[in-house]
Formats: sequence, structure tokens, C-alpha cells
Amino acid sequence: MNVTIVDYQSGNISSVINSFTEVAKGKVNLEVTSDIKKINASDKIVLPGQGSFKSCVDSLNNINGLVDTLKEFAITKKKPLLGICVGLQMFADIGYEEAETKGLGWISGKVSKIDNQNGKFKLPHIGWNEIEIQKESKLFKDIKNKSHMYFVHSYEFIPDDKSVISATTDYSSKIVCSIEKENLFGTQFHPEKSDKTGLNIIKNFLDL
Amino acid sequence: MLKNRIIPCLDVKNGRVVKGINFVELKDAGDPVEQAKIYSNGGADEICFLDITASNENRDTIIDIVRKTAKECFVPLTVGGGVRTIQNITDLLLAGADKVSINTAAVKNVEFVKEASKKFGSQCIVVAIDAKKVSENKWEVFTHGGRNKTGIDAVEFAKQIEFNGAGEILLTSMDKDGTKSGYDVDLLKEITRSTNIPVIASGGVGTLDHLYDGIVKGGASAVLAASIFHYGEYKIKEAKEYLNSKNVSVRL
Repeated sequence: MNVTIVDYQSGNISSVINSFTEVAKGKVNLEVTSDIKKINASDKIVLPGQGSFKSCVDSLNNINGLVDTLKEFAITKKKPLLGICVGLQMFADIGYEEAETKGLGWISGKVSKIDNQNGKFKLPHIGWNEIEIQKESKLFKDIKNKSHMYFVHSYEFIPDDKSVISATTDYSSKIVCSIEKENLFGTQFHPEKSDKTGLNIIKNFLDL
Repeated sequence: MLKNRIIPCLDVKNGRVVKGINFVELKDAGDPVEQAKIYSNGGADEICFLDITASNENRDTIIDIVRKTAKECFVPLTVGGGVRTIQNITDLLLAGADKVSINTAAVKNVEFVKEASKKFGSQCIVVAIDAKKVSENKWEVFTHGGRNKTGIDAVEFAKQIEFNGAGEILLTSMDKDGTKSGYDVDLLKEITRSTNIPVIASGGVGTLDHLYDGIVKGGASAVLAASIFHYGEYKIKEAKEYLNSKNVSVRL
């Protein structure tokens, strides 16, 4: 199996590479690239994302043909794709970080700032929080409800169709922290930084 | 519910841990990678390396250590000490650090924080503030391990770096550091009250009660400690169990 971690020159993806390399050892052929041919030929894609929504979308758009290739992979061919953090957020139609920015529009919804309730909640939401599993998801095989995951973000994905939500976490409100819609998977938390439980989630994705 | 974090900090000099833990299971007590692994397996919520290497020639050693640690520890890794340029940050992040902590460079030029957070995102920019009490309810920023006075008010500086995009504050009381008499709770209170980003308390931990004070009385989101963990006085797990018994939510 060939799995590609999309390196689109935005943010720090070393931890994603390290954790996937650890789990993939000897079983999966892992590529880290933005090469469209390689992406086309892969069986699964990981779309990481760090920094702002706008900077990530801009970086994707900067690579000629990348957005179309990803769309063909995920929407037309319906092959498994995992978005992490801003990688998940970009599935939305629109984001409001830095400036109003169009997303990939794969799952309708928006990305807006977490309501900090007048400073009652510190932002970014940094640290370990419990996930509340909302529906059965292939990503959560052998993952207990209320497991701890590592979060770092100030913005949240609000999908229109709530049935795509596979887990939420409690921070000021019930924040969407994981989604599953057919072949599309996304986590707001960082499985690559979430210790053994996180590696387990990565394994579940690679095992799909 | 978001958990309060316990962060062990390892001082690294020329690639070796200074004042390291001396556990029997350690093959090499001076090896930062081994120590980080022990902390990570023991339930540390993050690992922090502070590079105290004095000479520039040996500064690359930290990059190598970060690279090795990041391949084996899958919890967030923060690296501080000598982070002065965008290139320094790039090198550390590429090696596998998740966050960098900026100290002197932020004090010298607060615009550097803005530049760094714009380039890499606030999530990986921690600003380390070393503060010393100068009068009742007044603290000043110091640099160079508390040797150099800057004349900058610590609370004002904290607000400024938040404005410039820092994702977290690592707050060390220079009065308390190394004393084992507890955090400067008044300083913590003042900074956590004046800012809306998470504050990591540092400097002065001697007992588990001090960790409790930092979180509950000082309002810190995370507590950093070095010696109580290094010398094996307490294990991370004990610290967490203790806090949990006092109704402080932690990741168990």
C-alpha cells in the first residue's frame, strides 16, 4: 500500500512524518511529497495543516494542480483521505482566520473562532482533552470513549450536516474534533502527538 | 474537559543532560533521548528541552537530540535556549520539535515574536519570560538567566507578546528558581489574569503541593518542573495522582 503525506510547504509536518513512519514500519510504503503523479498513484492520503486556515489554503493553491488532484482523489475516486487539524478544517466551504477564505468545499460548513466566553477560556485550546465519541467510526477501532487527545487550535470546524461528526470535545462548547463521511476522515486533534492512543488512530487509518 | 499539563524539563548542555535522573533502568543517565523516553512513557504531557550550551560550535548537538527524540516520543516536544533567528526555529521544527521557546530574542525585539508566529503559526511559538520581583506586585523581565535587568514590566511584556501572536507563555520566577520553595503565585496570578493565552508555570517546585498551587492558586494551564522529577523524588504518575486526588483534572 502506498500512503502519501502531502507536503505543501506549510507548517511543520515532522511529527506527522515521524508518527506515520513509526506505525507504517515495514507494512506501508510512505511518501512525503506534493508531486501530483505520486498523489494520484497513492492508495491513501494524509493532509496535515498547521498555521492559519488562510496560509494553508494559499499554500495548497500555490502548487499547480494540487487542489484538483486532491479533489479527484477524495471526491471523484472516493479514496481514503485523513485531514489533520487545519487539514480537516480545509474540508469546509469557508474559513474566517486572518481573512475570509474559501476552503476546499468537500464538506459544507464553516471554520470560525472558538467562543472564549469573554476570556473565560484561554485560546489557543492547547493540551490534552477527552473526546466524546458521537458515532461509530473506523478511526476509533479499539479507542475508548473519553480517551485523551492532544489539541492545539483556536478555530473550530462547524459542519452543516451534523451526521458527519464522529467525536466532539468539551471546551467552551462541544467542539467538533473528528469527522467521518464515507472516505473522508478528519481530526481536529493531533494523533501524531497523542501518545499511544494517537498512534492507534493512525494505525486504524492505515489499516482501512 | 481540558486537562492541566505536567511538563518535565531537561537541561541539555553540549548534548548531555545536566543534573539528570538516575533511574536504574537508564542505560545512560546523561542521554537526553533516553530520559525523554522515560518521561514520555511515564505519562508526561509534554517534554521540554532547555539547551544551555554556551558555545555556538556545539549548538547543533541539540538539533541531533531533537531529531532522535522526535522519532521515539509521540507527545509534544518544546525546545528552548538560544532561539534567536527564524533559521533557528526552522531547524528545530524540521528536526521534529513541535514548539520553540523564545526568550532573549523576544525581549530584544518583540517584533521577532510577530514574525515567528506569522511564519510558523502561534501554536508553536512559546515566549519564555524570566521575571524578578522589584517591588510589591511589580515584576521586571530579566535575561541571561536572571543576570541582566531590562527595565521592562513583566505584565506589560506578557500582554505585548500575546498581541504579537505568542501561543503560550512560559513564566519563570527568577526569585524562586532553584529554591524549591514553590512558584511565585502572585506573579502567576497577575500574568494569567492579564492575558488570554495559556501560561506554563516554572521555577521553584519542591513539592507536589507547589504544582497544585501553580494551577489552582496561580491559574496556570501547565506546570513545568525539573529537579523534583530528575532526582526521582517524584514520578510524573505520582504527581498526577496527587493532583487528581485534590480534584485537579489531569490526564491519567
